[in-house]
Amino acid sequence: MRIVVGQGSCGIAAGAGKVSVAFQEALSQTDAPVSLELTGCCGTCYLEPVVDVYDSHHEKTTFVLVTPEMVDEIIDFTLTGKQPAAGHLMSEEDLTAQAKQKKVALRNAGSINPEDINDYLAIDGYKAIEKALKTMTPVQVIEEIKISGLRGRGGAGFPTWFKWNAAYQQKETPKYMVCNADEGDPGAFMDRSILEGDPHGVIEGMMIGGYAMGASEGIFYVRAEYPLAIKRLEKAIEQAREKGLLGKNIMDSGFDFDLWIKAGAGAFVCGEETALIASLEGERGMPRLKPPFPAQKGFWQKPTNINNVETLANVPWIFRNGGAAFAAMGTEKSKGTKVFALTGKIKKGGLVEIPMGLTLREVIYDIGGGILDDKGFKAVQMGGPSGGCIPAHLLDTPVDYESITQTGAIMGSGGMVVMDETTCMVEMARFFLDFTRKESCGKCIHCRMGTKRMLEILTRITEGKGKDGDIELLEELCERVKEGSLCALGGTAPNPVLTTLKYFRHEYEAHIHDRKCPSHQCKQLLTYTISETACKKCGICAKNCPTDAITGSKTEVYVIDQALCIQCGKCKTVCPFKAVDVD
Amino acid sequence: MQCCGGQGPQAPNEITSNFDLNLLAPVLKKYGQKPGSLITILQKAQEIYGYLPMDVLDYIAAQTGIKPPNVYGVATFYTQFRLNPVGEYLIMLCMGTACHVNGAGAIEDAICDELKIQDGETTADNLFTLNNVACLGCCSLSPVMMINGETYAKLTPEKTRKILRDLRKQHQQQEKEATS
Repeated sequence: MRIVVGQGSCGIAAGAGKVSVAFQEALSQTDAPVSLELTGCCGTCYLEPVVDVYDSHHEKTTFVLVTPEMVDEIIDFTLTGKQPAAGHLMSEEDLTAQAKQKKVALRNAGSINPEDINDYLAIDGYKAIEKALKTMTPVQVIEEIKISGLRGRGGAGFPTWFKWNAAYQQKETPKYMVCNADEGDPGAFMDRSILEGDPHGVIEGMMIGGYAMGASEGIFYVRAEYPLAIKRLEKAIEQAREKGLLGKNIMDSGFDFDLWIKAGAGAFVCGEETALIASLEGERGMPRLKPPFPAQKGFWQKPTNINNVETLANVPWIFRNGGAAFAAMGTEKSKGTKVFALTGKIKKGGLVEIPMGLTLREVIYDIGGGILDDKGFKAVQMGGPSGGCIPAHLLDTPVDYESITQTGAIMGSGGMVVMDETTCMVEMARFFLDFTRKESCGKCIHCRMGTKRMLEILTRITEGKGKDGDIELLEELCERVKEGSLCALGGTAPNPVLTTLKYFRHEYEAHIHDRKCPSHQCKQLLTYTISETACKKCGICAKNCPTDAITGSKTEVYVIDQALCIQCGKCKTVCPFKAVDVD
Repeated sequence: MQCCGGQGPQAPNEITSNFDLNLLAPVLKKYGQKPGSLITILQKAQEIYGYLPMDVLDYIAAQTGIKPPNVYGVATFYTQFRLNPVGEYLIMLCMGTACHVNGAGAIEDAICDELKIQDGETTADNLFTLNNVACLGCCSLSPVMMINGETYAKLTPEKTRKILRDLRKQHQQQEKEATS
C-alpha cells in the first residue's frame, strides 16, 4: 500500500510539504506496511494538496484539499478502508473533467516519483531511446517525427522534424541539442510542471533529438526562478548517468550523449533562440539577425537545435506508440495534444492537456468548470504578452495553431488566462505593454521606444487623460513596432493592444470620450456617490474614509466631496447597506 | 565600476574591499576561465553576498579577464541580479497575468502601505525588501508572494498585512531571545 503526496511547486505552495511531514510522523509511529512517496503535479491545482492512496491491488483513491489534520483519516482509510468524510475525496465532477483530457506530455506527471529513475524505468522508461538507437537510423528517427506531425510547443509552432533535419544536415561538429525551459510567459507553468513531474521523459526526448541530429552534448536552459525543477532535473541526470543511460557508448550503440543545466537569470527575451544562445555564452540575452539560423551557427557558432520542454516530452511517447498514433489526435494541421495553464477567473484552474481541436468553450466550461462566482465571461488571453484576448463570440474557436492565429492571438506556449466582466481590457493591454517594455532588450529602437510610447498612451487612457486620436496613434505604433523589430518579442508585443482594439474598441472609446471605465477597474475614472434613499446615516463610511471626504450626521444623509475623494473604494466595501454606488 | 578595463591607477589584483573576496575563490577556480560562465559566476556571487556589490563585480572582471563594462552589462540585464543589499525578508510579489487579474495590485498597495516602501525598496530597519517579479508559476493559487522561499497563496490585503506583522513579531521575538 502506498500513500503518494503530490509535490510540485504549486502543491508545496498550497501546503503539501506540511502534509508530507505529518504523514512521516504519523507513519513512523505505526509499523503498518504503507510506504510514503512523492509525485509531481497532477494538474488539478485548484484541489491542491492532492494525496493518492494505492491499495494492495494498485487501485487509486484521490484525496483533495488535504490538510495535516486529515492525515489520520487517510491512514485509517488506507489500512481499514474506513470511508472518509464527504468532500475529502475527488468528486465525480472533477473525475469527469479529468477524463475529458488526453495526457501525452503530462502522462507521468502526478503518477510517478520524479526523483527515482526506477519509477520511470518501470513504466518502460528509456525504451524509446533504446528503440531509436538499436533499430533506427537518424534519418528514420526524423521521418517518424515527420509522420507524427509534431510542431514546436513553445509558441511559434514550427515543425519539429524540420529543425532536427536542418541540424542533421550540417557537417560541422560538435553539435548541440538545447532544451528551452526558460518559460517566461507570466501566467504559464506547463514546462515547470513537466520538469518537476517527469524529468526523465524530457531527458529521453533530448537523447532522441541528440541522436537524430548527431549531437553528443545537450543543455537545459532553465529559469532560475524554478529551483525545484532544476533540483529534480539535476537528480534525474545524475541517476541516468549512474545507470549508464548518459555518457559514452550508450546501450552499446556507439552513441555518446551527456547533459548539463544552465540556470537562466530572468529575461523574457531569452525565449528567443538567438538570445538564448547569447545567454548560454554568458552574454546579455540579445537576439541577432537570422540567418544564419542556430541550426547552422548556434552555440559557440556550432550547429544547434533548440526545442521547448513540452515538445521534447512528447517525443518518447511518439516512439513508443508510433508517429501515426500521435497524428491520429488533433486536427489536420495541428496534431497531437497541447498542455494549457488554465488560470485567472476560472473555477477549476490548473494544468489541462487536451487533443488539439477542442473548442475554447469546452476547455473553459467543461474542463475548467466555468467562470469564478458564475460571473459573465469576457475574454480569454492566450499566448501571454505575445498573444491576444479572444472575446466571447469566438468561444467556439477550435484550439489549433491556425484557428487561434486567425483571431489575432497566438497559441503561444500554453498560457490561458480567463477574464470575467470585471476585467478592464484597456488596463489588460497596459499590463502587457508594461511587461514587454521592461523586457525589451533595447537592441531595436522600434521595440525599445515604441513599447515605451505605447505604454505611456495606454497609461494615460486608463488614468482618464486619453485624447482624441490616441487610438489611431496606438494603431500606427503597433504597425511600426511590428515592422521594426528584429525578434518575436517586438514583433508580437503589439498583439495585446491590437486584439483588444479589435474586439473591445468600445472600452477604449468609453475611457477616452466618456471618461468612464465600463468594468469599474480604472480608479481615476470612477465616481463614488452615496444613494440618498439607501443611506441609513450610520456614518461607517465617514469613519473609514482616509481623506475625510465624507460628511453627514445622524440626521443628514452622508455625501462624498468629489474634490477630496481618492477613489479608494473603502466606503463601498464597508457600507453595510450597499448604499455606495460607483460609476 | 572602473571604465578603463581594470588598467587604471589601482591594479586589479590590489582591489581592497569591505567584502571578503576570498569567498569567491572556489567559484572562480571552477568557472573563472571557462568560457560562457559569467552568468553562473554572478549567480554564485549573489548567493555568497546576498547581492552584487560593485567591488565584487570589479574583482570578478579582474579575475576573469572579462571587461568591467561587460560584467556590469550582464549584471544589470537580468532581473535576477541585485546591485543593492536586501532586507532580512525578501518579498517577491508575483505580478504575472493570473495574479494581476486576481488582484495583485491591491496586494501591492497593502504591502507598500504596511511597510511604507515601494517596489525595489527596503524598510529603514532593513527587515523587508519588496521586489515585484514577473511570475512565480503558481498561477492557480493567485495572487501569490514568496518570502525567503516560502510561498503564500490566495492572498487578500488583510491576509498579507497579517503575514507581514507576524513575521515582524517573529523577528522581534528571535532578537529578544538572542539578547537574553
